[in-house]
Amino acid sequence: MADDIREQQLAAQASGGALSPVEVLDDTPVAVTDGPAAVRRGALRRFGQLLRRSPKLVVGLGVIVAIVLFVVIVPFFTESPTALDNASLLRPGEDGHLLGTTQLGADVLSQLAHGGRGSLLIGLTAGVITLVLSVIFGVIGGYLGGWVDETMFLISSVMLVIPGLPLMIVVSSYIPGRTIWLLAVILGVTSWAGSALVLRSQARSLRTRDYVSAAKVAGEKPTRIILVEIMPNLLPLFAGQFLFAVVAAILGEAGLSYLGLGPTGSVTWGTMLNDAQSGAALTRGAWWWFIPPGLLIAFLGGALSLVNFSIDETINPKLRAGSIAAKNTRDAKKRAKKKGDQ
Amino acid sequence: MKFYVRRIAFYVLTLWFAVTLNFVLPRLLPGDPATILLQKLSRLGGEVTPAMIRSVELLLGTDDGASMWTQYWSYIGSIFRGDLGVSISNYPAPVTTLIGEALPWTLALVGTATVISFLLGIFGGAWVGWKRGTWADNVIPATTLLQSVPYFWLALLLVYIFSVSLGWFPIIGGWDTWTFDNPEASFAFFLDALRHATLPAITIILSSVGGWLLGMRNMTVSTLSEDYITTAEAKGLRPSRIFMTYTVRNASLPSIAGFTIALGFVVSGSIVMEQVFTYPGLGRLMIQAVQGNDYALMQGVFLVITLTVLAANFIMDMFYGFIDPRARHNG
Repeated sequence: MADDIREQQLAAQASGGALSPVEVLDDTPVAVTDGPAAVRRGALRRFGQLLRRSPKLVVGLGVIVAIVLFVVIVPFFTESPTALDNASLLRPGEDGHLLGTTQLGADVLSQLAHGGRGSLLIGLTAGVITLVLSVIFGVIGGYLGGWVDETMFLISSVMLVIPGLPLMIVVSSYIPGRTIWLLAVILGVTSWAGSALVLRSQARSLRTRDYVSAAKVAGEKPTRIILVEIMPNLLPLFAGQFLFAVVAAILGEAGLSYLGLGPTGSVTWGTMLNDAQSGAALTRGAWWWFIPPGLLIAFLGGALSLVNFSIDETINPKLRAGSIAAKNTRDAKKRAKKKGDQ
Repeated sequence: MKFYVRRIAFYVLTLWFAVTLNFVLPRLLPGDPATILLQKLSRLGGEVTPAMIRSVELLLGTDDGASMWTQYWSYIGSIFRGDLGVSISNYPAPVTTLIGEALPWTLALVGTATVISFLLGIFGGAWVGWKRGTWADNVIPATTLLQSVPYFWLALLLVYIFSVSLGWFPIIGGWDTWTFDNPEASFAFFLDALRHATLPAITIILSSVGGWLLGMRNMTVSTLSEDYITTAEAKGLRPSRIFMTYTVRNASLPSIAGFTIALGFVVSGSIVMEQVFTYPGLGRLMIQAVQGNDYALMQGVFLVITLTVLAANFIMDMFYGFIDPRARHNG
């Protein structure tokens, strides 16, 4: 439910013209004349500044790195996630199983790490597919205008109104033997529309900027204008949309897998939750089985959203300047009051 | 006028797309879809009755060599007559009857929860935006985390804590099947249904309030930096007046648009949640259909869900075109 509503809010913002004007700002200029090394140093310095300015970004990136490390490293030290030790449910710490076992005796820690690989893989792949489709339908349509734009806008609008999760359920239920890749394709193909509309409105506004007109007058080809003049200015927006798509895909995978429509024969965080449900983990009080996968999804999603937030604040100064200005006003008022009291 | 014609044409087109998708998807299966479905059914256990074969043939067209085109038209025709076929898993109940029984549960539960969540989000968000730059800003990361939680997992946690461990609420169902044989119009039944709906409703509110809160907060912050707010402050208006009349009123417009759409998603939104609570709504029906390979039922539910979403969007469009002339001209 949350996914659908978010998707719709995004669309409403994009189509209702309610989106606050996004100014693509480049506020810290970098000297580009000193060769590639200097540019790299400049970029590093800018990144450092960004980190210092935004604790949200630090926390978000930290959690993401931790989860990725966990998923990459831990599987080397654990047994196979499907190896069944003894057919019994073990509490955490019992018999060498750090996080306990499932009902069939599979190691929960190992399932978590392996399942994380599956979930991340699906999230990233679906995110890339979503981004590519939304760039094709949003940016190219928005820039070219005319009947190409009309057609692409129509397709995006239709796709947006068709409810996402039910569509995913219908599509997946017809396909027997779903692999991780197939699931990523289903998730990506059914959820690009909202993002495309956001990118389209931005591309349409960029189209009328002076430097684009200048490039047009200078006789540049549309491909070059889109790649060189338009795309770089949309990068922060792309990053935001991509992260958003990854979160949506990971949540979508979890939901589908929980319903039993996940990848067949692979472990993901979603299939773990499905196993826990069908294994009656709830009524048997096996909290170590169903709490960790959900918690990891939540942490990963939260971390990606935090990074998204700081991107938002970078490209939409109103969100940031607003709060600083308000703080300054309040501090000034306090100081004035103190002076008055003395 | 042109605006309304265009919008109506758009919704007719979308509806056609959804209906056609329903027709095409099962036929995209490699090989002979009817045979594959019947094989699937028999592998699932149990014998395949002639009635089942008949139902599958109705769904996918018969082998008598009718062209795809004829099948398509008879399919469209039956949808217009309100004939969505017969359910296999609940044979011989017609799909429309099953949907009719499940729909009120979903509408009542998710509708109420959506309204509560919206009101909480709007007023909470406006307040947090008003107090921006104070501790109130910390509310936002907290709700973000809440939104990143898979909501059905949140439901699992609530069940574990409040139903399994504390025993305050029932674990499954929409009403107590031990006390009541069938839903009835009595006060006792109402109370019982309310008790069963509490945890699902809390799940929905918790998982969706963050979105409203964030959207409203950002709109409030943007609105507060508008010139007319500065003017109002300079005029020396009371802060409460600036807040209610100048800020909340203007900032809540996009959220109201979003609310109309969210109401449309009431039906589709709760699919996984209904599975957790085994709630007798439309989402649960859809999952039943998926698990039982009951494609007629699944298609029927998908169609009804799409219809409600389209209707809500349509109403929102008309409403917005009515109150905001700009929308009419940009459309």
